[in-house]
Amino acid sequence: MESTLRNMILTLFAITFVGSCAVGAIYLLTKEPIETAKKEKVSNAIGMVVPEFTNDPSEDTIVEEQDGGQLIVYTAKNGEDVVGYAIETYTNNGFSGDIKLMVGFLPDGTIHNIQVLEQNETPGLGSKMADPGNKLIVSFEGKKPSELNMRVAKEGGDIDALTASTISSKAYVEAVQRAYDKFLTIVK
Amino acid sequence: MKNIEIFTRGIIRQNPVFVLLLGMCPTLGTTTSAINGMGMGVATMFVLTMSNIAISLIKNLVPGKVRIPAYIVVIASFVTVLQLVMEAYVPELYNTLGVFIPLIVVNCIILGRAEAFASKNNVMSSTMDGLGIGIGFTLSLTVLGAVREILGTYSIFGFKFADTDGILIFVLAPGAFIALAYLLALFNKFKAKLK
Repeated sequence: MESTLRNMILTLFAITFVGSCAVGAIYLLTKEPIETAKKEKVSNAIGMVVPEFTNDPSEDTIVEEQDGGQLIVYTAKNGEDVVGYAIETYTNNGFSGDIKLMVGFLPDGTIHNIQVLEQNETPGLGSKMADPGNKLIVSFEGKKPSELNMRVAKEGGDIDALTASTISSKAYVEAVQRAYDKFLTIVK
Repeated sequence: MKNIEIFTRGIIRQNPVFVLLLGMCPTLGTTTSAINGMGMGVATMFVLTMSNIAISLIKNLVPGKVRIPAYIVVIASFVTVLQLVMEAYVPELYNTLGVFIPLIVVNCIILGRAEAFASKNNVMSSTMDGLGIGIGFTLSLTVLGAVREILGTYSIFGFKFADTDGILIFVLAPGAFIALAYLLALFNKFKAKLK
């Protein structure tokens, strides 16, 4: 087809118009499912890291912005008693990109469980931090960070690092420490 | 050319990964496990088939001088649609594939097929071409992912069959090149025998 200024402009306009309408329509259709999927992920993680609760922790939150990230504290209650705090924490020092964790504390500061919300670590190495029962979780589970030397074993600490993933493990420990610092400011 | 032949040649004779060597970036980047490779392959196949259909429909309406930007807009729209749908319904896979989903836009297989095939053929043949090349790409990525997963972590599709760590280099970038090179050699030997 002969190219003239007029038909080139018209064609490109028509194509971009149809394209953006289609994308806009799909955006409206998927907006709700995307939000539900995100919320479900968070609430599943909360359910995993604190003991049984009866309230809706996503309604009872404290949010704090910190250098380049966000800490969110979810309080889990059984009736009126606080049974635990699920703290969404992060670190910018992962091997590739940010890591987000959900750390569950009992009211006395003991770590109940930890779930990985987001990580892009090397598959098969650092990505093992998301596997159930890995060395990092075992090092933390049922212990109080105040009674642990919060460094990896290689640097004389009490935390067993993942095989060949010292950087990922250090980032993980840093995120847990950040959550614990926040925990201390709430409980006092 | 018959449509069946167009369909099958994408899988072996013009396999995008092992013969045309197109789309190497997602090939090397996402194949850390069989399931990741397969996910990437299916996502690419969807975009490839849809854009082939759309482009073969509009081929006579687009002036020659602006055909490339027009095709890219079509492809980018399909990728964005795919990205939103994946985020909504398969968030796990969406998180693993991450940045490689938007990068499907610049996958040279897709623009390559649009320019070389869909802009010259009818809708039926273009659909077959998209499906054929797409399946070829998916199979190649799944095989490469499986090889890397088996050697690198001693597991396949997530099922572990040995209790040790595996040869770590195969899940890292150099392992992708090594595994791809050996698979290429095997594929070419196999293809030479067919002739």
